[in-house]
Amino acid sequence: MNEVLLFARIQDEVGQKSLEADLAGKSIKESKRWVEDNYEVSSLTRTMVAVNEEFAKDDDVIDEGDTVAFIPPVSGG
Amino acid sequence: MDTDLFSLSWEPLDVQPVIDKVVDRNCGAIATFIGTVREMTHGKKTLKLEYEAYEPMAVKTLAQIGDEVEAKWPDTTVAVTHRLGTLGISDIAVIVAVSSPHRKAAYEANEYTMERIKEMVPIWKKEFWEDGTQWIGDQLETTSYDKEEKP
Repeated sequence: MNEVLLFARIQDEVGQKSLEADLAGKSIKESKRWVEDNYEVSSLTRTMVAVNEEFAKDDDVIDEGDTVAFIPPVSGG
Repeated sequence: MDTDLFSLSWEPLDVQPVIDKVVDRNCGAIATFIGTVREMTHGKKTLKLEYEAYEPMAVKTLAQIGDEVEAKWPDTTVAVTHRLGTLGISDIAVIVAVSSPHRKAAYEANEYTMERIKEMVPIWKKEFWEDGTQWIGDQLETTSYDKEEKP
C-alpha cells in the first residue's frame, strides 16, 4: 500500500489530508489519472508529485510503501 | 548543509534570530529579505492569510536551495524561516538572510533564494478576501486554481 498525501486545493476538494491507495507499479502520470478518476478533483495537469519527499518525473514508477504527495502549484514566500 | 538554517514556524517571526544564524567573521555583508502580508492586491482587499506546508519536504527543499546558493556564490551562507498558520496584514511571512564577504553576492543570492522558494518549496497560501477564499496557485498571485486549464 501507499500513503498518499494531499495539500491545499486538492485536500479541500477530496476532503481528506491523506489516502491509503495501492499505487505500486503505476507511473506518476498514471497515479495522477487514478486520483482524477476516483475522486472529485479538478485537473492535476499542473500538479507535481513527490515520492518520499523528492520531486518525481511523469514516467517514474511508484514502489510498494512509497509515500506519494500531490503538490499543487506552490505559493510560499 | 546545516538544516538548522532552514525552518518553519507556527509562531510570529522575528528577524534578528535569522540574521544571527548567518553571521560570520569573514562576512562583510548580510542581505535580509522580509516578506510581509499585503492588504490590497489589484484592488482586492485581503483580510488574512493561511499558510500550510508539506513540512518535512519544505525544510528539505529549502536546504537544497541553500546548496544551490553556496555552489553559485561561494562563501555565502543562507538562512530561511517561513511562517505557517494564520497571518494578519503586515505580519511577516518569510525571512531570508544571506551573508557573504562582499555585498553583491549577498543581494543576488538573496533574490535567487526567494525566486526558488516561490518555484519549488511545498508551501501554500490561502487568501481570505473580503468576498471569499482562494488557494493561490501561481506566483503572479493573480490566478486562482479556478482558472487552471482543463486537459
